[in-house]
Amino acid sequence: MINNIELIFPEIFISLSIMFLLILGVFKKNSSKIIHNISLLVLIIAAVITFNETIGISRTILFNESIVVDYLSSFMKIITLISAFVVLLISSSYLKTFKIFKIEYPILILSSVLGMMIMISSNDLIVFYMGLELQSLALYVLATFNRDQLKSSEAGLKYFVLSALSSGLLLYGCSLIYGFTGSTNFNFIATQFNTNEYALTFGIVFVLVGLAFKISAVPFHMWAPDVYEGSPTSVTLFFTMVPKIAALTVFIRFLYVPFLNLIDQWQMILVFLSIASMLFGAIAAIGQKNLKRLIAYSSISHIGYALAGLATGSNDGIQSSVIYMTIYIIMNLGFFSCLLMMKRNNVYYEQIDDLSGLSKNHPLLSISLLIILFSLAGIPPLAGFFAKFYIFKSVIEQSMYFLAIVGLLSTVVAAFYYLRIIKIMYFDEEKDSYDKDHSLWLKLSLTVSTVLILMYFVFPSELIDAVSKINII
Amino acid sequence: MNFPILSSLILLPSIGALFLFFTRSKSENKITVKYVALFTSLVNFFLSIYLWFLFDQTTSVFQFVEDRVWIEGLINYKVGVDGISILFIILTTFITPLCIISVNNSVTKRLNEFLIAILVMETFMIGVFCSLDLVVFYLFFEAGLIPMFLIIGIWGGARRVYSAFKFFLFTLLGSVLMLVAIISIYWITGTTDVVQLYELGIDTKYQNLLWLAFFSSFAVKTPMWPVHTWLPDAHVEAPTAGSVLLAAILLKMAGYGFIRFSLGLFPSASEVFTPLIYALSVIAIIFTSLIALMQEDMKKLIAYSSVAHMGFVTLGIFTIQQQGIEGSIIQMISHGLVSAALFLCVGVVYDRMHSRLINTYGGIVTIIPKYAVLFMVFTLAALGLPGTSGFVGEFLILMAAFKDNFLVAVLASLGVIIGAAYMLWLYKRVIFGKLINSELKKMIDLNKSEAFTLTCLAIPTLYFGFYPEPLINTIEVSITDLINTYNYSVASK
Repeated sequence: MINNIELIFPEIFISLSIMFLLILGVFKKNSSKIIHNISLLVLIIAAVITFNETIGISRTILFNESIVVDYLSSFMKIITLISAFVVLLISSSYLKTFKIFKIEYPILILSSVLGMMIMISSNDLIVFYMGLELQSLALYVLATFNRDQLKSSEAGLKYFVLSALSSGLLLYGCSLIYGFTGSTNFNFIATQFNTNEYALTFGIVFVLVGLAFKISAVPFHMWAPDVYEGSPTSVTLFFTMVPKIAALTVFIRFLYVPFLNLIDQWQMILVFLSIASMLFGAIAAIGQKNLKRLIAYSSISHIGYALAGLATGSNDGIQSSVIYMTIYIIMNLGFFSCLLMMKRNNVYYEQIDDLSGLSKNHPLLSISLLIILFSLAGIPPLAGFFAKFYIFKSVIEQSMYFLAIVGLLSTVVAAFYYLRIIKIMYFDEEKDSYDKDHSLWLKLSLTVSTVLILMYFVFPSELIDAVSKINII
Repeated sequence: MNFPILSSLILLPSIGALFLFFTRSKSENKITVKYVALFTSLVNFFLSIYLWFLFDQTTSVFQFVEDRVWIEGLINYKVGVDGISILFIILTTFITPLCIISVNNSVTKRLNEFLIAILVMETFMIGVFCSLDLVVFYLFFEAGLIPMFLIIGIWGGARRVYSAFKFFLFTLLGSVLMLVAIISIYWITGTTDVVQLYELGIDTKYQNLLWLAFFSSFAVKTPMWPVHTWLPDAHVEAPTAGSVLLAAILLKMAGYGFIRFSLGLFPSASEVFTPLIYALSVIAIIFTSLIALMQEDMKKLIAYSSVAHMGFVTLGIFTIQQQGIEGSIIQMISHGLVSAALFLCVGVVYDRMHSRLINTYGGIVTIIPKYAVLFMVFTLAALGLPGTSGFVGEFLILMAAFKDNFLVAVLASLGVIIGAAYMLWLYKRVIFGKLINSELKKMIDLNKSEAFTLTCLAIPTLYFGFYPEPLINTIEVSITDLINTYNYSVASK
C-alpha cells in the first residue's frame, strides 16, 4: 500500500515544516527572522532530498497511479526549490524597507512551493487541480502582501478574480474529460481516448485555456502586467519564475501522457499560443515605462518560446523547453537582483528612466545588467542565445518553419526594447547614484547569475546532459 | 597537437580586455591602459604574421585546424584557415592596433571601456574569419553586434542613438534568417561542419531557399543596395576608431561569407541568383556613387563610397572566375586599408576643427602639407589609380565581368568614373581652393602618431598596388579549388 513513500519525503517534509512554522509564529513573539531563516533551511533540505532521489531514479507511480516521480519531476522540483530559495534570500531587505517582513511571507512561499511540487508530480487531474489551488491561494495573498499600498491590493484582487475564472474553465475541462473517458487518471485516459476524439478535444481546450492563463500566454495574459506591477518586487520575481515552472511541467505531462495521440488537435493551439505570445510580448513591451511591466511583457514573450518547444511533439522539444526555462530563470534572477538594488534613501525605483546614466555611477551593476539584457534578447555568445538555439533546433527538426521564422523575427522586435534599456543606462545623462550597501546575498545572486550567463558558452554540454534524461514519450 | 595558434589569436584580445576590465582606472592612467591594449593587439598582429609565414600556399586544405567537441553530438568548435581567410585575419590584426593608436583625440571619455570594446570586437572578428563550423561562425558573426552597438552608442556623435539602433536592428534582422538556415542545414545533412559540408554537398532542392536566407544576412552586412541605409548613419555617428573598424573589417565579414558559404555550400543556387547579385551590385555601384557625389559630409561621402566599393566586391565574387574572386579579395583588403585611412584622415581634421562638412575646409594644402600628401595617396587609391592596391582589385573584377557579361561590366566601369569624380572633387574642395575660413589657419599638421598610422596604411596600399604577388599567391590555390568544386557540382547537376 504505502510502498515507495520515501519518494514524496520532500513534500511531506515541507508540509510538516509549514505547520511547525505556523505554530512557532503564533507562540513566539517577533519570530519573523527565525522563521525566515528556517524556511530557507527547509527549502535547501527539501532540494537536497529531492536531489538524492534523482540519482538512479526510474519512473515510479504512487498512490493508485495519481502521483508520478520521474526525472522530469525531480529536475523541475529542484529548480523550483532553488529559485524559491533565492527569492527568499534576496527579498529580506526589500521587505524590511516596506515593513512587511512578517512571518506569513516565508510560510506562504513554502505553501505555494508545496502546491507546485504536487502539481509537478501529479498524474491525475484531481491531484493536479489540488496542487494548483494550493499554490494559487498562496499566490493571491502574496500579491496583496503590501496591503497598505493600493496597487498591491488591486493586483491581488485582479489576480484572484481572473485566476478563479480560469480555474473554473480548467475544472470544466477536467469534468468533460472525466465524462468522456471515465477517469481522471492520466495513464488511464491514455488508453481511452480513441472513441470520443472530438468531444475530448473540448475538454483539452478548456484545460489548456486554464493552464495558458497560469503561465500568462497570450491571449490569456491580461492579468500579468497589472499584477506584476502592483505586487511587491520580490513577489513579482517569484511570479515571473516559479509558478511557470510548475505550470509548464503540467503542460508537458497533460499533453504528452494522456493525449499524445491527439497531437493534431492540440498542436495547432500550442503553435497559436506560442506565436501570439512571442509577437505580442515583444510588441507590447516597446511602449512600457515601468520596468516591472516591461518584464511582464518580456516574460510573456519568453513563455512563447518555451511553448514553441512544447508544440513540436518530440522529446527534443520538451528538453529544449526545460533548458529554456532554466536559462530564463537565471536571467530573470539576475534582472531582478538589479531591480532590487535600485534603492535610494529607502525608496525603490522601478521606472526605466530611473536607470538613466547608471553606467557612470555603478559600472559593475550596469555591466551585469547589460549582459543580462543582451542575453534576454538572445544575442550570442550569451546563454539566452543558446536557449533560443535549442528551441529552434527542435522546432525546425519538425519542419515547423513558420513558427521558427516568426519566433526569430520577434526576437528582433524584442531586441529593440532591451536595447532601449541599455541605451538609457549607457547613452543618457546620469542621475543621482543609488545606495551601494546591498546585502551580500543580493550581490552574490547578481554575480552568480551574470557569470553563469556570460560563461555558459564554455560549458554548454552540462545543462544538456542534465535534461537529456527527461524522457516522456 | 601543435600550439593552438588560431585559438590564441581569438583569445588573446579578450584576455587583454579582461585585464583592462580589472584595472579599471580611478586615477586617469590613460597611457598605461592604452599601452596594455596596444601591446595585446601588437602581439596578436605579430602572431598573425607568423601564421602567414607558416602558411602553406601550395594547398587549399584548411590548415592549423583545431577540432574540439563543444556540444556533444551537435557542435564542434572547429577553426582553421585557408588562402581565403588568412588575409582577412591579418587585415584585422593589422587594423586593430592602428585603431588603438588613433584613439588619442577622438575618445575623451571612458577610454578604458572603449579599448575593451575594441579588443572584444577583434576577438569576434578573428573568430568569424577562422571558424569552420556554421554555428560557431554565426556566434561570432552576431556577437560582434554588441561591442559595435556600444561603440557607436556611447562614443558616437549627435545622432548616435538612432544610428546605433538602426545598425543593430538591421543586422540582427538580416541574421536571424541565417540562423534558421543553419539549423535547417543541420537537419538536412546532419552536420554544421563546413569541411564536411563541402564534401557532402547539399541537395539542390534546398539550396535556393538556404542561399536566400544566407543572402539576407550578408546583404545587410555587406551592405548591398537597398539595405545599405544603416551604413552611412553608423559611419557618420561612430567615433573615428569605430568607423575604421566598421569599414575596414566588419563589412568584409559579409564578402568573406559570400565566398565561403554562398559559393562553397550552395553552388547551384549561386548560379541561379547570379543575375540578382549582378543587378544589385551594379545599382549599388552607380546609385551610391551618384549619392556620394552630392554629399556635404565627408564621412558620409566615404561611407557611400564604401557601399559602391562593396558593390564591386559582390560583382567580382559572383563572376565565379579566378580573376573575379581574386580581385574581390584584393579589393576587400585594399578597401580595408584605404577606407580605414580615409576615415582616419577625416578624423584628423575633425579633431582640429570639429566639423565634418566639406565646405568648412578648402585651401588647407599650404597649412598642413603632410596631411595633404597622405590624403592624396588614399584619395587616389580609393578611385583606383594604377599603382595603388585599389586598381588591382577593380581591374581584376572588371576583367572577369567583361568575360561574363558585357553590359554589367560597362555599367560597373561607369561607376569607376563617377568614383573618380567624387573622390577628386572631395579632395579638391577640402585641400585646394581659396582659404576662406580664417579659422583654418590655426590648424596644426599631423602629429607623430597620426603620421605614423597613416604611413602604416599607405605603405601596403602602394606596395600591393605595384606588387600584388604575395596576396595573389596566398589566395590562388584556394580559389582555384573553390571554382573547380563549383564547376563540378554545377555540371553534375
